[in-house]
Amino acid sequence: MVGLRSSEASVRERGARLARSADGRSDELHDTLAALALFADISSAELESIAHTMEERYFAEGERILRQGFTGSGFYIVLEGEAAARVNGTEVNRLGRGDFFGEVSVLLGEPPSADVVALRPLRCAVLAATQVEDFIVTHPKVAFRMLQAEARKLRNATRWRS
Amino acid sequence: MAELTAERPSPPGEYPVVIVGSGPGGLQLSHALRHLGVDHAILSQDPSAGGMFRRFPFFQRLLSWTKPYAPVPRTDREYERYDWNSLISEDPRLRAIQPSLMDGTSYFPSRPEMERNLATFAERAGVPVRYGCRWESTRTDGERFVLVTSDGEYHCRIPVFAVGVAEPWRPETPGIDLAPHYADTREAHTYADREIFIVGKENSAFELASGFLQWAKRIILASPSPAKLSVTTNSLVGVRARYVQPYEDNVLGGGVIVLNASIQEIARIGQRFRVRVRRSQTNEEQVFEVDDVIAATGWVPPLLDLPKLGVVTFGRNKLPALTPFWESVSLKGIHFAGTITQAAAGLKKNGIPANSGGVNGHRYNGRVLARHIAKTCFGVELPRPELRAEDVAPFLLRELDHGPEMWHQRSYLCRVVTVSPDEGIRDEGIWPLAHFVDSAGPDAIAATIEANAQGDNYPAFYIRRADRVTEHLLEPDQSMRYDTPDRRTALASALGEVLGVRVAA
Repeated sequence: MVGLRSSEASVRERGARLARSADGRSDELHDTLAALALFADISSAELESIAHTMEERYFAEGERILRQGFTGSGFYIVLEGEAAARVNGTEVNRLGRGDFFGEVSVLLGEPPSADVVALRPLRCAVLAATQVEDFIVTHPKVAFRMLQAEARKLRNATRWRS
Repeated sequence: MAELTAERPSPPGEYPVVIVGSGPGGLQLSHALRHLGVDHAILSQDPSAGGMFRRFPFFQRLLSWTKPYAPVPRTDREYERYDWNSLISEDPRLRAIQPSLMDGTSYFPSRPEMERNLATFAERAGVPVRYGCRWESTRTDGERFVLVTSDGEYHCRIPVFAVGVAEPWRPETPGIDLAPHYADTREAHTYADREIFIVGKENSAFELASGFLQWAKRIILASPSPAKLSVTTNSLVGVRARYVQPYEDNVLGGGVIVLNASIQEIARIGQRFRVRVRRSQTNEEQVFEVDDVIAATGWVPPLLDLPKLGVVTFGRNKLPALTPFWESVSLKGIHFAGTITQAAAGLKKNGIPANSGGVNGHRYNGRVLARHIAKTCFGVELPRPELRAEDVAPFLLRELDHGPEMWHQRSYLCRVVTVSPDEGIRDEGIWPLAHFVDSAGPDAIAATIEANAQGDNYPAFYIRRADRVTEHLLEPDQSMRYDTPDRRTALASALGEVLGVRVAA
């Protein structure tokens, strides 16, 4: 049997997937991801797969998540809490629920140009750099949402400079 | 009866440290604390040493190897690189116990051999475990903790929980209660000529599938995300090589199906089961009718009332959130040892985890934790041998070539050398790397081994100068021998400023 189109399934099953999970190991992560704009366009089954692919990590207040100049970092989505991006110790940005970071470093294969530090307890969903290309190719609707977010950042940066 | 009770070690009472658990994590920490002169009690609900290895793995053979014959003698510290299962000690009688107990049929010890390995260590080391003593609840008493047990109350400043991650966990999938957990799998021969649906695609699921290959008529493994294989991730992430056979069977068209699908519902139909799934990529629904369903859905640590007391947990395995020294981030004083230390992920560079989930990794965490507790809580002076500036680079490269700690715990543990005007250059021993790079302190150098996704292993150095830490990576070497003239020169150059020495061009 052929399934429903992804967007229809997404709407129909959103309530159901908040109530239960697939094999359930990622119940909470799945539910948290489901509420983020980044994952608004995908089916429940696809989101289950993403929740199983990503790792959840917890960072205490003051803990560094990204380290400026260190190789081997990853791609992070903030699930809960708040973080600051700092370049040479100077804060340049704040990050909250639904924001993501680390993607520039991963896509360019360069160490991060900023520290990211938890301002209060922070939960993130994490993908290793080596998984990001496969993730983007496998989940194009998520990639599109990521591009939109990057475009907004670029627009804001351009406005600020003009 | 009273006399018998009096003879049991670690009776209820007041202790500086109390350890819960007699698996490898508890035994290792107890032994390391004793070596440092820190008094403690250790208690366990089990009747004997071994922890989860008293029962698992189900098919009675470990995933982690011990090479009875290795390029270095068993008496050498470097031998620990080839022996992933023995606990560690400064006492030669207590080292490399595992290979002496193996029957030669495999370099993966059998479960009974591993259990004997741990029991032998406990006996020879005189680890004072109070067996048959069940930890039941916990409370605080000012800055101290009270552990209520089946034998009475233990009061301490530092409780350490080495209780494993071996409590079966089931998801909330409708009908999942109809499926026995991995822990309740029947004898393999009882699955002869049957169709089996296994929920999960991690090592425990593939272990069961491997054991059923010669019995089952058809095996289906399903979970939402694709299975990873350790041989393609170049790390311990994914299904280990020993259990890849069902995957090959799936690819080559045998009796195994490996599905990427979420399980929607499990229902009983007479003597059989109907499993409804939805494919991850296509969203297509499929239905399977099978004779058996098994939930290889994972494990959580048995933390009892610790979350209610304030220990924050996270993620699918409900692990406690820990500092780099394995202390709860939310309830100061409560520490963890053994496989739970995997909750402190460290830098996890290139997505490659440390081996803290296995004995080969957490045995070193245990020794580092013992030193940390001894020093910071009880004022024990640790040895800090002095080094000459010109010896630092060769010393660190030799450690990376021959020492076992950074070999097993890449990007996680590191050898630290501090440099200060008052005390000179000191070897500070092994630290968690995350603590080193994120803490302030005197000028210092940390050395470790790192790996990338291509399987290259290379020396990594972190240099702290005026509270700023910078990363310095050297060239990889396939044989993992880094003490070469060109690397010595490169490292000496990087260290020149912090050591205050001029390096010849």
